[in-house]
Amino acid sequence: MTAAATAATGAAVALPRRVNPVEGLRHTFTLAWRSLVQLKHNPLELLDLSVQPIMFVVLFTYVFGGAISGSTGDYLTFALPGIVVQNALFASVTTGVGLNTDLTKGVFDRLRSLPIARSAPLAGRIIADTVKQAWSIALILGLGVILGFRVHGGVQGVLAAFVLLLVFSLAVSWIAVLVGLLAADPEKVQIFAFVVVFPLTFTSNAFVPADTMPGWLQAWVDVNPVTILADAVRGLLSGGAAATQVGQSLLWAVAIAAVFAPIAVRTFKRRV
Amino acid sequence: MKAPQENAPLRSTFPRGPRDEQTTHAILAEGLVKRFGDTTALDGVDLAVRRGTVLGLLGPNGAGKTTAVRILATLLRPDSGRATVGGYDVVHDAHQVRRLIGLTGQYASVDETLTGLENLILIGRLLGLSRPEARGRGRELLAEFRLEDAANKAAKAYSGGMRRRLDLAASLVGRPQVLYLDEPTTGLDPRSRNEMWDIVRDLVSGGVTVLLTTQYLEEADLLAEEIVVIDHGRVIATGTPDELKGRVGAQTLAVRARYPVDTPIVESIVAQVAGRAPEAQGGLLTVPVTDPAVLPAVVRRLEEAEVAIGELALRGSSLDEVFLALTGHRAEDETEDQNQPERILA
Repeated sequence: MTAAATAATGAAVALPRRVNPVEGLRHTFTLAWRSLVQLKHNPLELLDLSVQPIMFVVLFTYVFGGAISGSTGDYLTFALPGIVVQNALFASVTTGVGLNTDLTKGVFDRLRSLPIARSAPLAGRIIADTVKQAWSIALILGLGVILGFRVHGGVQGVLAAFVLLLVFSLAVSWIAVLVGLLAADPEKVQIFAFVVVFPLTFTSNAFVPADTMPGWLQAWVDVNPVTILADAVRGLLSGGAAATQVGQSLLWAVAIAAVFAPIAVRTFKRRV
Repeated sequence: MKAPQENAPLRSTFPRGPRDEQTTHAILAEGLVKRFGDTTALDGVDLAVRRGTVLGLLGPNGAGKTTAVRILATLLRPDSGRATVGGYDVVHDAHQVRRLIGLTGQYASVDETLTGLENLILIGRLLGLSRPEARGRGRELLAEFRLEDAANKAAKAYSGGMRRRLDLAASLVGRPQVLYLDEPTTGLDPRSRNEMWDIVRDLVSGGVTVLLTTQYLEEADLLAEEIVVIDHGRVIATGTPDELKGRVGAQTLAVRARYPVDTPIVESIVAQVAGRAPEAQGGLLTVPVTDPAVLPAVVRRLEEAEVAIGELALRGSSLDEVFLALTGHRAEDETEDQNQPERILA
């Protein structure tokens, strides 16, 4: 009742100069709650998070499966990790779209006029988006298993793949945050996602093995972080060798975050 | 109506320390300057709002009203100048200022995807209320603003008037001492506008200090003890509504000669009677007047001159005319909102 009580009794009471860390954490979780409650009222976003992954898994498996791998089952084993990666990249753009919506609709200014931790609106959103991300990853893996994907990496492998995907998309979401802060409207953030994520995931071995591609493309595919991450997830889920790829994926995540997080935070502070 | 406020004491009452409790003003701003690239949004604005009163910040679109509010609400830093709210500096003690203020404006929105109640609970929780307290405060505000039936509807389904009331309710969750209302009635129908005015009067009678920005002279006149008129980022007039009416002319006399050839004669008669040259637009001559006796005087003189009158009216001054009287130029205003009330200062 502190805020209301203090405000009602007058300025004679010395007000605290800043938010204490425990309060800041509570603000962050309250705003994460808000992002998740939005799902309840915006079924379209829930569709985006659920139907799109399901659609990708089903379409890729049954349309491309036979042609690429000879059978849908074999293809699923190869492509499911790639689909998970592609979906994770698309989902991390959600952070930018949501942030931009808050900025353009004025919700952000309302939050900024409140005596809350300056980082809470961004941190709350990132936490909520990580929960959404986990939901789509689980959905794709679950659906894959139903359609015939066999996990050989055990519970540990699945958990490790899960964590790796979350860490990687958290790193990528800094790019999304930056774009979300700079874009004029949410649609532009979406367009950016399509223009970047589509070519990036298709010029990897996420959906198709690289051997039939021209040499110059293969050279790119080999260094494309999407390939590395897809191979890492494949290795973890199938129980095969994955240490090198996991290590490289983590390095990529660290590099992306190291470059984009400071720029995004600086841009954020300038707007805040 | 309160006694006229002089501009002179502003500097002397400006608190020396950030926590001067002696201050009788809830908001004090001195020399606020804010530039965006090449445009100067605020060019040295001084404001002083006494505790428990309403200050009306009047001006056309782009005058700098919103920039001023955003600075006072800690959303923007001024390039120079300083401002305090409740004795706290808006830049250095921003966190304390945020504890005292409530902000309602088109840019400070509720979350459209959440319901009215969820929005209020969200803010209550962020302000440190427990879950049941936040829910209780939310319900209380919804009841106060007649939004109970829409409590569980998403805010985007609200009508314009309901939405404004929810925005206002959201800014009142923390029982602020100082409330910023940035164009609270722009785009509202007359009924919703009247409701909004009643709400503001209630808040003020409860001791809240209000800074109201508006494009409507009528609104400032009805609600504010004091009006500050700004244009191009500068304060061009300050005073009580009565003082402004005295300076600007409460009403506008509009005359049109039946035959355009007579326009020069009409012009000279109007100028003599009203004491200032009328503004001509097409054949319509308008001049601000303070004395209603001007109307019969003009009629008599026109009769004597045997000039046929096409149109003759005495009406409340519009914002445009106030600007013309104060600045000599029309409010360069691209207001989309054409249904401003015609009847203004009464």
